[in-house]
Amino acid sequence: MTRSFVWGFALLVMLLAGADRASAHPHVWVKSASELVYAADGTITGVRHTWTFDDMFSTYALQGIETKTKGVYTREELAPLAQTNVESLREFGFFTFAKADGKKQKFEEPVDYYLEYKDSALVLHFVLPFKTPFKSRQLAVEIFDPSYFVDFQLQDKDPVKLVGAPASCTTAIERPRDGTASAQKLGEDNFLDGSNANYGAMFANKITVTCP
Amino acid sequence: MRLLNVKSLELTVGRKAALLGIAVLAVALAGDSLWHAALAQNPFGGPRAVPDQQVGGIVGWLLAKQSEFYRAMSSTIRAAKNDGSAVWTLLGISFAYGIFHAAGPGHGKAVISSYLVANEETARRGIVLSFISALAQALVAVLIVGIGAWLLNVTAKTMCGTERIIEIASYGLIAAFGARLMWSKGRGLLRAVQATRTVAVPELALAHAGAHRHEHAHSHAFAAGGDHAGHDHHGHHHDHHHHHGGHDHADHRHDEHCGHSHGPEPSELAGPGGWKRGLSAVLTVGIRPCSGAILVLVFALAQGLFWAGVAATFVMGIGTAITVATIATIAVSAKGIARRLAAGREGGGALVMRGLEFAAAGLVLLLGVGLLLGYVAAERVTCF
Repeated sequence: MTRSFVWGFALLVMLLAGADRASAHPHVWVKSASELVYAADGTITGVRHTWTFDDMFSTYALQGIETKTKGVYTREELAPLAQTNVESLREFGFFTFAKADGKKQKFEEPVDYYLEYKDSALVLHFVLPFKTPFKSRQLAVEIFDPSYFVDFQLQDKDPVKLVGAPASCTTAIERPRDGTASAQKLGEDNFLDGSNANYGAMFANKITVTCP
Repeated sequence: MRLLNVKSLELTVGRKAALLGIAVLAVALAGDSLWHAALAQNPFGGPRAVPDQQVGGIVGWLLAKQSEFYRAMSSTIRAAKNDGSAVWTLLGISFAYGIFHAAGPGHGKAVISSYLVANEETARRGIVLSFISALAQALVAVLIVGIGAWLLNVTAKTMCGTERIIEIASYGLIAAFGARLMWSKGRGLLRAVQATRTVAVPELALAHAGAHRHEHAHSHAFAAGGDHAGHDHHGHHHDHHHHHGGHDHADHRHDEHCGHSHGPEPSELAGPGGWKRGLSAVLTVGIRPCSGAILVLVFALAQGLFWAGVAATFVMGIGTAITVATIATIAVSAKGIARRLAAGREGGGALVMRGLEFAAAGLVLLLGVGLLLGYVAAERVTCF
C-alpha cells in the first residue's frame, strides 16, 4: 500500500509536469521566407530571413514606439526594436538549425537586420551568416521553436529562394502540417516519452537543398 | 525510480524512513528529469515526428483548442470595434481559452497543488485559493498594461522588463515559501520518525522530547524574521509540541493515532492564521501575470477597446481558476486516499503521511529554484 501511493504521488507529479510541457502553445506566429545566399565559388555563406509576425504580436511589439506620423513606422523609427529583436533571438539560436551532409553548422551574429511595418504586420529582415562558408551535397535548414512559443510557418508563396547557387542545386520543403512528410501519429506517448522530448521539433519547417 | 520498485518497503521502521528519503528524491528526480527533458534544446536529436491533422489524444486536442481560441481572440477584438456584440464572443473565447490554457505552464497548478498536499488543506480551501491566485494573475496583467501602456505609454520592452522582475520575485518567493514549508514539514517528519522509533525503544522518548524543545526555539527564531507564514506555523506547532510532549512523558509511547494528531485540523486552519498562510502561498504564484493576457490587453488597448481586454482577462482568469481548482481538488483527494491507506497501518502510517507532506513541501522549493534557474518550463515572457 505504501508503495502504491508513493507511486501514485510520483504519477501525479509526472502528470503535472507532463501537462505543463505538452500544453505550451504558441503566442507568436511567424510566416517565414528564406533566401540561401551563395558566394561565387559555390559555397553557401548564409541565410537571409524575412519573418512576418502576426497581428497581435506586431501590435504588442509596437506599443510605445514614438512615430512622426501616427500609424506609419519608418525603418529608422523601428531600428531600436529590430535591435531588441535580434538580441533576444540570439538566446534561441535564431530558431534556425542547419545541417550540412549530416554535420551541424554554426551561425555568426546576424547582419543587415531591419524591421518594416506593412499591412499592419511587422516584418523582420536579417541575414544569418554561416561561421564558415561551405559546400555540401545536401543541406537541411530547419526553422522552429523547440518550446513552441513561436509558431513558424513557411510563407505560402516562394518560401525558399536560392541566391547565386550553382544551377544544379534543387530545393525541397517540408511543412509541418501538410502531410508531405511521413505522418507519424502523435499521442500522449510522444509527449510523455523522454526520447521525443523536443516536441517543438514536431512543428518544424524543413528546407532541403541538394547540390549533386 | 527503479529504487522504489524493491519489495523492501515492508521493512523495519528505521529503514523505511531512509526509503522514504529515497522516494522523495526519486519523485524529485522524476519531475526534474521531465522538466529537463522539456527544456532540452536539442533540435536534431531524437526521432522526428511530423504531425499532420492527426495530432492525437487529449494532449493534442488541448493543444489544438487553445491555439485556436488564442488566435480567435485577435480577430474577435478587431471585430468588436465595429460590432459590439462580438465582445460576448470574445468573453466566451477567453473563458474557454482560460480553461484550456491553465493546463499549460506558469499558472501555479504545481505550486498550489503541492502546497495543498503539504498542508492539511480541504478541497474547498483549495478551490478558493485557486480562484484567488488566478484572479490575482489577471489583476497584475491589467495593472501592468493599464499603468505601463495606457497611462505611461512605455514600450513593450519596458513592460516585458517589468514582467521579468515580477517573475523573478515570484519564483524567489515560491522557493522561499517551499523552504519554509520544508522546514516545518521536516520537523513533522522527524517527529514521526522518532515517534515510530519510540514504539520500539521507549527510553528514547526523553531525548526525543528534548529535541522538540530545541526545534521549537529554531522555529521561533525563524518566525521572528518577519515571515508571516512562519509565524502562523509557529502558532500551530507550538500547541502541537505540548500535545506531543504530554504523550511522551505520560506514556512513553505512541500508537498510530499519533499520525492523525500531527498537524492542525482543517477546522483549525480555517482560522485567520490558516487563511493568511494559504494566501501567502497563492500570492507567490499569483503575482506573475500570464503573458498571453498581456498580449491580449495591449492589443485591445491599441484597438481602443481596453475595457474589453480587461473583461476578457478576468474571464480568462475565471477559466484558469476552474482548471487549477480541479487539479488542486484532485491533489487533495489523492492525499485523502493516501491518508486512509496509511491509517490502516501500524505506526508507519504517520511516517508515510509526514513523508508525503515533506516531499510535497520539497517539491514547492524545487519548483521555485527550478523556475529561478530556468530549469523548469514556464510560460515564456514575450520579450522579442
